[in-house]
Formats: sequence, structure tokens, C-alpha cells
Amino acid sequence: MPKDGGIGASTKRREDVRFLTGTGHYTDDINLRGQAHVHFLRSDVAHGRLNKVDTSAAEGMPGVLRVFTGADFADLGGLPCGWQVTDRFGQPMQEPRHPVLAHGKVRHVGDPIAAVVAETREQARDAAEAIVLDIEELPAVVDMKAALEDGAPKVHDDLTSNLCYDWGFVEENTAAVDEAFEKAAHVTTLELVNNRLVANPMEPRVALGDYNRSTGEHTLYTTSQNPHVIRLLMGAFVLGIPEHKLRVVAPDVGGGFGSKIYHYAEEAFCTFAAKALNRPVKWTSSRSEAFISDAHGRDHVTKIELALDAENNFTAIRTETYANMGAYLSTFAPSIPTWLHGTLMAGNYKTPHIYVNVKAVFTNTVPVDAYRGAGRPEATFQLERVIDKAAHELGVDPIALRRQNFITEFPYATPVAVEYDTGDYHATMDKLEEIADLKGFAARRKESEAKGKLRGLGINCYIEACGIAPSNLVGQLGARAGLYESATVRVNATGGITVMTGSHSHGQGHETSFAQVISEMIGIDADQVEIVHGDTANTPMGMGTYGSRSLAVGGSAMVRATEKIINKARKIAAHLMEAAEGDIELKDGRFSVAGTDKSVAWGDVTLAAYVPHNYPLAELEPGLEETAFYDPANFTYPAGAYAAEVEVDPETGKVTIERFAAADDFGNVVNPMIVSGQVHGGIAQGVGQALLEGCVYDEQGQLLTGSYMDYAMPRADDLPFFTVDHSCQTPCTHNPLGVKGCGEAGAIGSPPAVVNAVVDALRSGGHDITHIDMPLSPSRVWQAMQG
Amino acid sequence: MPEVSMTVNGKPAKGQIEGRTLLVDFLRDTLGLTGTHVGCDTSQCGACVVHVDGRAVKACTMFAAEAEGAEVRTIEGMAEPDGTLHPIQQAFQDHHGLQCGFCTPGMVMSAAALLAENPTPSEAEIRDYLEGNICRCTGYHNIVKAILAASGQDVSRIAAE
Ligand code: FES
Ligand code: FES
Repeated sequence: MPKDGGIGASTKRREDVRFLTGTGHYTDDINLRGQAHVHFLRSDVAHGRLNKVDTSAAEGMPGVLRVFTGADFADLGGLPCGWQVTDRFGQPMQEPRHPVLAHGKVRHVGDPIAAVVAETREQARDAAEAIVLDIEELPAVVDMKAALEDGAPKVHDDLTSNLCYDWGFVEENTAAVDEAFEKAAHVTTLELVNNRLVANPMEPRVALGDYNRSTGEHTLYTTSQNPHVIRLLMGAFVLGIPEHKLRVVAPDVGGGFGSKIYHYAEEAFCTFAAKALNRPVKWTSSRSEAFISDAHGRDHVTKIELALDAENNFTAIRTETYANMGAYLSTFAPSIPTWLHGTLMAGNYKTPHIYVNVKAVFTNTVPVDAYRGAGRPEATFQLERVIDKAAHELGVDPIALRRQNFITEFPYATPVAVEYDTGDYHATMDKLEEIADLKGFAARRKESEAKGKLRGLGINCYIEACGIAPSNLVGQLGARAGLYESATVRVNATGGITVMTGSHSHGQGHETSFAQVISEMIGIDADQVEIVHGDTANTPMGMGTYGSRSLAVGGSAMVRATEKIINKARKIAAHLMEAAEGDIELKDGRFSVAGTDKSVAWGDVTLAAYVPHNYPLAELEPGLEETAFYDPANFTYPAGAYAAEVEVDPETGKVTIERFAAADDFGNVVNPMIVSGQVHGGIAQGVGQALLEGCVYDEQGQLLTGSYMDYAMPRADDLPFFTVDHSCQTPCTHNPLGVKGCGEAGAIGSPPAVVNAVVDALRSGGHDITHIDMPLSPSRVWQAMQG
Repeated sequence: MPEVSMTVNGKPAKGQIEGRTLLVDFLRDTLGLTGTHVGCDTSQCGACVVHVDGRAVKACTMFAAEAEGAEVRTIEGMAEPDGTLHPIQQAFQDHHGLQCGFCTPGMVMSAAALLAENPTPSEAEIRDYLEGNICRCTGYHNIVKAILAASGQDVSRIAAE
């Protein structure tokens, strides 16, 4: 029986009503009295020396309040990077300065050069056109390997080269890995590209800065996944504003997928300019601007080798990856190809020896950072593709090869420094075989062939590290932040509850699912619980939402705070009923004395806490409000198995997804409806990466895919209905809810399934193909078929 | 500046505009109807879809002046005055057809136009009709399902929530 409330119920989302009636409250919906508008003049060359920025004509244009250039920010901090990676030789990565407005040089198309603030958006835009630029164009570096050649143009003149770092993981593993390769009965090698993507949340970024002269307080309204992180980074490192004078508000946010984690120049600009002009200053990104100013994702070039023994056991993995950082280091960029990628290279398999090498490279392109999955899709893709290739070379069934090498005992310490607490990879594979109806595939292939189409089946597994992250561990790994989460649970006198969480919802439905957890714990109706997030003025310091961490870390903080509430409420109830605290039971919103018929309602206890007339004031403070900070003991490890079935039109190379099934183990599930929705969305993004999406730069560093005319977003008719299942549940062993996180799985697990399926389809048509790089556009597939 | 007047959600609306003011900006900035969204600048995403004289229109591709005298309906005009959701809105909530909600107003307005034209569309017809509406969150699964349900068709055979 499906539950109708609490943990495990598919409760309809309360936030939907405002979104469905047009009464959501997104950042661009906020307009402040007297607000001015900024337009950024952005570089249209990828690399150049800024000889002169002549703003004199623009300054005289109608409505213009002031024109800012890089010189105005020269004495302020640059945009900080939040993660320092140490290279193979024990040296810190090369870390260039990232000015708010370009100064001296421009380094990618879209680099902001000047900012015009005017009374209206149109006036600002018109005036920007009157700025005269003298830019000496320099040769651009776009290709990563070319960027590392001797004599390549340097993106940053003050760095020794375009190499950010050369990272080895685990460096001590190299000898054992090399030995395993020497002894291998079979080695499969694959070179592949993990294509550069643009996150493209449907809401473009917006920043609105405000300054109150009388109090000296700054407010920034911004489209962020983590307002406290922005407050800390911008306040402490860029503008020098102490936290108590800076409020950051991220109201309803229209999707993020990683791209709204980072601290961006436009946020710092609007905050700065609001004070300089004593006017609120607003910026709303256009989609075209988003393509050249939002951090991009992925962009890895990898060679992976898999060694197997004579019984087809995996014995070693060795990888070499080039990871594009773009022109500057975005907030968490250095951690993505390293700690979120190298640590996942064991996948679901008990490979004893693994070595991962990553060279991070500066190029004259938009900065690259986390995008849904962040490092884990790249790890999964190469591993699951090379396994499929190995199965083909060895003539064995790809599912059997995977099963044979599955990790089956937990906890399992991988050779790449993480410990999986729990999992059951056979269970999700069994479930996948059932829900994907693999038995029926042969018949479906025949039907497709009868229509003149090639049909392929692609299977893969994935594992991810979520619930990011234990602070002491990430500190050792170079994070310049803690990754705990916080919650304040405020019980009101009449029993209603307000939860202030450091997590941030930008589509995940926390207002509903977090309330379900409280409802379950206390036994009151979820309608009595309000979830508040997104404003540093009324939520405790929190790290925000990304890395599938909200429920696992933020939810755990909320559980801890609620436990404190219940403990205190139990004491009050004991006093009210003149019973021993140890005899008090809480059930369905009532406290009772075990073995008696004495009880008091939740509301009686909460009222007593705030009207403490009959109350143990000598031992207990009045009031009922608790805060908890939760720092996870480990990552969580969601895992699963995915299957894609595709049809390829041999005439055109067009691929269609006919069926897609996902069997995930997310541990315990609070709201199955929301979890399924998260998987659906992730699969769509993964299919988008596999078939449609990809950033293309030309040799001069011009982005050729800078709008929805050229960058192919998945549309409704590119996708089928999906079959998703999350009934295989091995609860996380180290957080109180036993949850693992579900936000990224779909995007991580689906690209290899699609590519495996297309390769399988083409082989069924007699084409001897081992790999096609994503996106598998009709032209690429058609060309592959031509040999 | 010229003045434009039209009927928006059944009520007369007018305002001063520039010639280049888009309908979407007039709705959002002049009338404060911020339910209609802007997701792109190339008429691709459909976040801005409203009804003009009963037809679905991308409000970012039409000048406000072109809507002079027209009957405009936006997402704010879909629910009953007492707050009861329109059947399409209700189906979106029942079937989790939205996540961040940013594409949602455009999706609902497009779906309403589709069902007015074709009261019981097939899955393929729905997917085809939504070509001009991009959603980055849902993978469209639950949007298509919600529209099927809103048209009175049985969706119980469609897997998962
Ligand atoms: S804003 Fe109108 S189609 Fe994108
Ligand atoms: S619900 Fe977020 S874009 Fe559709």
C-alpha cells in the first residue's frame, strides 16, 4: 500500500501551486525602487591584449549613469577558486587571477570588458555599443594538447605554461599497475572525448545588488544554488564586505545543474556598483550571454586501458585524461577532474590496481566547472565504454563480464581512496534485466530489422559519490571550504514548525520532501511544517545544493535538529504528566506515558514551551528551537544499472531512443515521485549529451554553438517514456535517513548506455565499429557506417 | 511614447511603451505579470508562451504594439478566481510535470492550446507539439503524461510517477 504521508509517500509538491499559477518568485521578478540596469560589453575575440577601452562616448549617452572598466576593479580581489589541487610532484596547481572585469587581456569570447549602468536595459545596451575598443588580437589556444606544446600562446602571461596541474592518483599505485599490465592476458584500450556541455537551466542567471547607506548593508539577489557560499566568497575575497553587512538571497531558482554554484563576476559587479551609484543595479542574462558566461561542463579527452587476466577478471585500470579548465579557474573547477573523477574509477568493480592521471589545461574558452554529475559521468563513461569494448574483443556477454567483476562485499575500500559503505550491484542488474525486458530484445530487434532499421542494446552500471562531503577529508584534498550542512528547526507555540535549511531547492522539491521527514519523525501533518531556504538573513550558514547532497547532508542536519527538539519536548511532556522522562513515548503527534492512558498532544507541549507556567524552569530553558550542523562521515554511494535501446536509420545515421530503463539504488527514498522525476531529468540530460549536445569552438576560439539554434537541447520528441525503478535499496550506513542522493544518477548512468547501444546496433548491421564520440549526431553515425 | 491597450486575463490593460517593447516585457515589466518567463533570445524555448486571441504565441517574438486591442491570456489567468487550478495545471501537479517551474507557464499555455485544437492527442502528437517548449528538468516524461491525463486519457500504463 502506498503511504499517504511521511517518509516513502509520493506526496504532491506544495511548491507546484505557485509555479503553476505564475506566482513563483524568481530573481528576475524582483524589481527595486530606483533600480538601474547594467549591460556587460563582452569580448568577441578569444584572446587579445586590451590596449584601450574608450568609454567617453558611451558616458554621454542618454540615461547612462556610469561606465565601469577593469581599472575600477584592479585594486579589489579577483574571483576566488575554492579548491586547490596538489600535483603529482607535491606542488600546488597554477592559479591565475580572475578579475571581475578584464584588465590587460581578454581570455575568452564572453570575457566582460566593461559594464554600462543606465536607467533602462535598452539604454545600457545602446551605450555599450558606443564603447571603442582597441584590442590587439593574439593567437588563441583552444585544443588542450596544442595548449601544452612548447611555444604555445599562454592564456596567462604570468604562469609558466597552460598547465594548471598534472595530477596522479594514486601516485604510489603506478608500479603495481604497470606490473599488472605486463602480466595481463588481455588489454583493451580506448580513446574518447567527453564532450563539452552547457548546463542551460531554463532560467538565465540574474543578479540584483542593493545597498542601504544608512545601515551600510549590502543585499544581493541572485540565481544561486548556495547563497551562503556566495556571501562568503564575494564578501571575504572579492569586495571585502563582512558577512554581517552582506545578505545574499536566492529565491525561487529555475534550475541549476551545477552552473549556479559558482560565484560569478556579475554578482560581484552588481553588489559593488549598487554602493558606488547608491542605486540598486540589476543584470539579467540573455541566453546568448549565458552560453559565453555560465561555466561549461565536462570537456575531457581520455585514454583508458583495462587489463584482464585469463579468466576475464579485471586486474588493472590506467587512464590519462586532459581536462579543460577554460580561461580561468571557476569556483570548484580543479576538483572535478580529480577528486570527483579519479576517486570513482573503480566503478562497481573489484579491480585491484588503478592509476589515474589528469592534466588540467588552460585554454581560451569559457571556464569549465561542475555540471550535473561533475567528474562522475566522465569516470563512468570511460569505464563502461572500455568494458563494453573488452567484452566485444573477448567475445563474452557484456552483462556477464560486469557481473563477474562486481564488488560484492561491503564495506569495500577501492584502490582509489574511497570506501563504499554498502551496495548490491547484482540486485540492480537483476532488476534492470526485468524492467528493461531484456528477454524481449531479440524479437524487438527483428521487428526493427523488418522496418529496415538497426536496433541496439546498451547496458552499463554506474556508481557515484554523493552526499558531499566529509569536511576534514575534503580539507586534506584541497577544498577551501567545509561541506557540512545546517538546519534550524523552530517550533512555534501552537505547534507549527518552521525549518530553516542551508540546502537550496531549485527544482528538487525540498519544501515537500523535507516536510515529509519532519512529519514522519513527530507524527504531525506535513502541512504544519514550513521549509525556508535561500536567504542568508534567515537560514544558518549552509553550503547549499549540489552533488546530490541535500537530503543526505541537509536532511541529516534537519533530522539531528529535530531529534534535539524531540528530546526537549519529551522532558516537557514528562513534566506535564508528572512521569519519568524514560517512560515517555512519541507517536502520531502525542506524547504518552508507557503502559498508561496518560498522554498530551504535541501542541500542549509546544505551548508549554512558550507559555512556561507549568514548566521545569530550573532545569530547562523555555522555547523550542534547535540548530544542528551535520558533517557526513563518508560520501554516499548510489549505484545502478541502465539500459538503452536505440534504433539507427542506416540511410541517415539518425538515432532514436526506443526504450530506456534505469534501476537505481538510492538507499531509502523519502518521496518516490520526486525521485523518479529526478532520474527522468538526469536521463534526458545524459541522452542529450550522448546524442545532441556539444559545444563547438573553432580554431580562433569562437563558440559556434552559442544559442538554441546551434546547440541542440533535448526536446520532447527526442525522448521516450522512461522506465525507472528504485526498489533496490541498500540504505546508507552512516546517515540517519539511510539516503544516498538521486539528483545526478540519471545524467551519470545514461551516456554510456546510449553509446553502447548505438555501437551494438551498428555492429548488428555488419559495421565493424568500436567507438563514436559524443554527440552521436546523424552525420557522425553515418560517417562511422561508411568506415 | 505610444500607448497600447489590450485585454489581459479578462481585464483591460494599458501602458506606455516604446516601439521596440516586446509583449513579454510589457506583461512582465508594465503589468507586473511575471508568470510569463524569458528563457532565450532566439524564440526557441517557449517559456514565454501566452494566448493572443486564443492562439498560442511566443510573447518574446511579438511587439506589445502588435497586441493592440487583443485578448491576451497568461498563466495568471488560468486558475479560477477562487484558486481552483485549471485541469491542465492540476494534472501537472498530480503527475509531477514540473520541477523548477521555469518552463511551466509556457508548457501549460502550450498544452492548453494543443488540447483546444486536439482534445485527445496521442503521445507522439503531444511530443511533436511541444517542439517549441524546452524543459531542462523533467525529461518531458511527466509533462507528456500530465497532458495525456488532462485530456482524459488513461495514463496508468505509463511507468513510474
Ligand atoms: S523566451 Fe520566448 S521562446 Fe524563449
Ligand atoms: S521544470 Fe525546470 S525547466 Fe521545466
